[in-house]
Amino acid sequence: MGTDEILGLVTGILFGFLLQKGRVLRFDKQVGAMLLKDMTILKFMLSAIVVGMVGVALLSGAGVITLSHKPMNVGAILVGGALFGAGWAVMGFCPGTSVGALGEGRWHAIFAIAGMLAGAAIYAELYPVFKSTVLAWADLGKIGLPEVLGVSPWVVIAVFIPVVLALFRWFERKGL
Amino acid sequence: MDLKKSGDGGWSPYLAGALVGLLAIFSAYATTTWLGKTSYLGASTTFVRGAGLMVQQVAPEHVQANEYFVKEKVRVDWQFMLVLGIFVGSFIASATDKSFKLEAVPPVWEKHFGPSVGKRAAGAFFGGIVAMVGARMADGCPSGHGLSGMMQLSVSALVALTMFFAVGIIVAAFVYGRKQ
Repeated sequence: MGTDEILGLVTGILFGFLLQKGRVLRFDKQVGAMLLKDMTILKFMLSAIVVGMVGVALLSGAGVITLSHKPMNVGAILVGGALFGAGWAVMGFCPGTSVGALGEGRWHAIFAIAGMLAGAAIYAELYPVFKSTVLAWADLGKIGLPEVLGVSPWVVIAVFIPVVLALFRWFERKGL
Repeated sequence: MDLKKSGDGGWSPYLAGALVGLLAIFSAYATTTWLGKTSYLGASTTFVRGAGLMVQQVAPEHVQANEYFVKEKVRVDWQFMLVLGIFVGSFIASATDKSFKLEAVPPVWEKHFGPSVGKRAAGAFFGGIVAMVGARMADGCPSGHGLSGMMQLSVSALVALTMFFAVGIIVAAFVYGRKQ
């Protein structure tokens, strides 16, 4: 294995360990969030985002790492996002958690993984069709919220964090 | 509330999530330093590579001729190993705290659709197809957009994550919301 493969494996093991410890790999937790009954995965994701955004802003501000925004392709994000949401609700896993769920013995995740491999192959076959339709509607490019709003990333972060903390307080109060 | 425990033997999702935030920062730094290019946590591209590697077994020339497979480069790379690592890490965590459990049908699914493995398999398989077509179209999943994109304050991530949950909530209400 090369350096990239070893680094990926080690990072993945730590990621999988934390996903499992946070109990977010389970079908019931993912569907529970979509049924607005159990906010475990949102607590987990938003905690990761809040910590991560501070570190990413520090390191990219210092020129240590580079940002890599995915393009704001309007059709791709809206239609793709909607399809993902619909499939996610029925499947009960996302790509990363499906593999983790298999690791903790929830072997039915194998059907989700098979479906997603099939979905990837289908997407590859249909790519020329999507490229000339949905993907061609409007591409706003690789943009970040700070540039769009004309402010420093720290302003966005300073607004984001209190909102998330208020949301957490509300989740705990409601017993979600 | 207890910030260290989840109530079912796990860790608080706040604690585990915050540690994933630290891991994401470390990972961005480590990939930049050792691989020369900043890579962010993600998972769905690996399914394209996995599918490509499988199709390659039966029809290698088909993969070589497919524009999308060529664009995404069918090979085992950093993210591919990361996704395999998730499996290993989850196994280690669950085996060491006795939360590993062989499960054929998830409890919430069983409550609505019964204990049939075939029904669960069909739901997971077709749901998986739709979700992955969507994830590839949107160029990311809850890891790539939801975590990595949001940490970078990407506009695409904010809109994609909103769509994931908004449509997920509507569809889940139809699928699981019926009275027993």
